Amino acid sequence: MRTAVEFRSVRKRFPKASYDAVSDVSLKINEGEIVTILGTSGCGKTTLLKMVNRLYEPDSGEILFFGQPIRQMNPVELRRKIGYVIQQVGLFPHMNIGENIATVPKILGWPKQKIEKRVDELLELVQLPAAEFKKRYPHQLSGGQQQRVGLARALAADPAIMLLDEPFGAIDAITRRSLQDELLSIHRKFRKTFLFVTHDIHEAFRLADRVLILDAGKVQQFAAPAEICSKPACGFVEKLVDSAREEQLEWKAGGAENDQVSASLS
Amino acid sequence: MIKFLLRYPEKVVVPLLQHIELTGLTLLISIVIASALSLLLMRSRWLSQLVVGLFSAVYAIPSMALFALLIPLFGLGEKTAVIVLVIYNQFILVRNILGGFHSVDPAVIESAYGMGMSGAQIFFKIRLPLASPVILAGIKIAAVSTIGIATIGATINSGGLGTLLFEGLQTMNMVKILWGTLLSSLLAIAANLLLAALEKKARKAVNGEG
Repeated sequence: MRTAVEFRSVRKRFPKASYDAVSDVSLKINEGEIVTILGTSGCGKTTLLKMVNRLYEPDSGEILFFGQPIRQMNPVELRRKIGYVIQQVGLFPHMNIGENIATVPKILGWPKQKIEKRVDELLELVQLPAAEFKKRYPHQLSGGQQQRVGLARALAADPAIMLLDEPFGAIDAITRRSLQDELLSIHRKFRKTFLFVTHDIHEAFRLADRVLILDAGKVQQFAAPAEICSKPACGFVEKLVDSAREEQLEWKAGGAENDQVSASLS
Repeated sequence: MIKFLLRYPEKVVVPLLQHIELTGLTLLISIVIASALSLLLMRSRWLSQLVVGLFSAVYAIPSMALFALLIPLFGLGEKTAVIVLVIYNQFILVRNILGGFHSVDPAVIESAYGMGMSGAQIFFKIRLPLASPVILAGIKIAAVSTIGIATIGATINSGGLGTLLFEGLQTMNMVKILWGTLLSSLLAIAANLLLAALEKKARKAVNGEG
């Protein structure tokens, strides 16, 4: 199996900060796997992600994209090979949905017919019928629909890998679940490499082949969900898993209480 | 009034054309300078605040005072009038151009970079169209204020509709005063309507309603 992305002793500190945002990270991400990057806010997960498409540059260390050091690649060319989805979506408000999705194919100079076909195909893929949605503008769509377009736009030029930075973070729980399902089905279909940042442990475990747990810029554990649950690598991971379990128990307890309330009401 | 126009058409038409020329030239130069300045200032927030603050202080100087101040340097005539009007416009234009670019959602810019658009592509396809309603609003205000202040330019021999007004005042010729007032007002209203329509169109396009 090929390595899609490799970090070699990558370190990043922001100007005026007294600590490393990402501190000596070395790891390999295999082609075709979904890796979720999990951690609390400020743990460095977004920084790690943004170094892959060179929105941030590491202070030291090296990142390889299919074996090639990205520092030697033109950042604009590199980004066209990488899909990028962010929480705030960032659709272009003055372009309709079709034009938004066609942005990168147009830049790459695809023939018009091929672009049209691709846009229709992608809208179908994210469950937004082209006939209805292609000519609409972003402000006419709900948050969940906008992020579907965000996904389609990122997939447009058939990128080798996808970077997703808390893409479903601002979306209601029910819609989020269906978007997660769609993401998984898109992944099964194309077997692209996904790097998915989230602070939601349930989302991280649900989607991932492997979960990368970060704290204070350091990798705490990088393993399959089942392994993390059965063999937490350190105190931090144990606490994280326990807190999620407790939360679930509280939900169940809450459910019981609600039953009692409704029983006493009847 | 009509009789006056028919008898001395050049006394009305020439100042009107001069006024349009003076205003057009001023706006053109103002926009070019303000665009260049804004592009230079765009990267530094504190520097742009400083410069806009300076321009706002200059904007507060009464126009007669600024004319008086510049006559020793540039003499009487159209040149000095244009310089004064261009200086006034810098405040309005630079403030609105910078404001327009700052009003663009940073998430939109980030996603544009992230998907591999070049700096120039982002500028022309994203930043500029999204900033255009606020920039056009600035041009509208600058045009109306230039048409107004340009009448005062007549005191330093810059020509234009102000000439009619001041000649009328000196000789107490009501017809000249009325023609000057009417035409400068109509000119301002016309410029306002035209640019407001453009602004509205740009705003609709930005919101995806166009």
